[in-house]
Amino acid sequence: MHELALADAVVKAALRAADDAGMDRIGRVIVKVGELQQIEKDLFEFSLTNVLPAGEPRLQDVVFDVAEEAVRFECKACGHGYGRADVDLGGDDHDEAIHFIPELSHAFARCPSCGSPDFDITAGRGITLERLEGSSDDG
Amino acid sequence: MGEAIDPRAVVIDERLAGVQRIIGVTGSKGGIGKSVVASTLALALADQGRRVGLFDLDFTSPSDHIVLGVNRSFPDEQFGIDPHLAHGIRMMSVAFFAGDAPLPLRGDQSTSALLELLAITRWGDLDVLVLDMPPGLGDTSLDVIHLIPRLEFLLVGNGSKVVIESVERALRLFHELEVPMVGLLENMKRGVGEAVSTLAAENLVPFLGAVEFDPELERALGNVDRLRATALYKTVAAVVRIDRSGG
Repeated sequence: MHELALADAVVKAALRAADDAGMDRIGRVIVKVGELQQIEKDLFEFSLTNVLPAGEPRLQDVVFDVAEEAVRFECKACGHGYGRADVDLGGDDHDEAIHFIPELSHAFARCPSCGSPDFDITAGRGITLERLEGSSDDG
Repeated sequence: MGEAIDPRAVVIDERLAGVQRIIGVTGSKGGIGKSVVASTLALALADQGRRVGLFDLDFTSPSDHIVLGVNRSFPDEQFGIDPHLAHGIRMMSVAFFAGDAPLPLRGDQSTSALLELLAITRWGDLDVLVLDMPPGLGDTSLDVIHLIPRLEFLLVGNGSKVVIESVERALRLFHELEVPMVGLLENMKRGVGEAVSTLAAENLVPFLGAVEFDPELERALGNVDRLRATALYKTVAAVVRIDRSGG
């Protein structure tokens, strides 16, 4: 389950961001999960709670708020914008490859308008730490 | 906290914490034999009993699996993904995911794929991780210099007129960026020129030796027993020394 490695990265990034912001308690971590990576929201929430470092006081009361984001592609050749339902990735093996490395979509997805593999993923790629909410002992 | 954070870069040091040395096998031009050198080096070190990883960073043209005759298949998944174990080498390549499909990537897309693999790959304890770099001084070279501060480079070049100037450019850049150098290896040497060893001396970089152009090398690709009989294998096995760590 490689989601655990990504969840671990989110928790460590949150702790580092809290350090940078002078935050002593993290109340809420807002995470975005991109549609392209096909990570289930419930599974990722479970993963986040499973990788919490034991006894970390800043995370004692933390709540994870995981939101899904739809993927959007923008063709570099013709400018056409499109979503996941507009492309055929070619089967479960390709879905699984993209699940591990979303950039593998460039091997399998083609612009539905012009057929180009040259596109940007403008939204909904993978895991992003959107925002932290918390407080400091200084108020 | 202002802008959104990409969490992947935060864990790279930790994911590589069990790796004693990280050597990028690089070259300023394509076709100089980087992948064959990187794969053969990994094989030679594994044969010496070292714990070795090999990470093919030439995402658009991965070939280490071809050099070592390793089948493409999905890696196992646990707390991250486990590199394939082949010939005593822990290997990671996008070819294990993409198969034979072409993978066209722009620079930022290549950077993102690199970040993803660095964040989720479980290298474990290694004496050395060999990175097979794509040619040139582009995005991936700059990414690994930035993301892996303890990186060392082994530069592959030769004395051809179309190569030697770019080798010097690469040496100047690595010196400017203070990237430690394992040394400069002359590969596919033809004739008796000493331009490469002279360049190494002028730039105070160890010269690792010269491997003559070997018309039989092609037959050794994909067959590790034949690779072990090549002059390239014997040269890299002799000149690149990696200590065995205690773990």
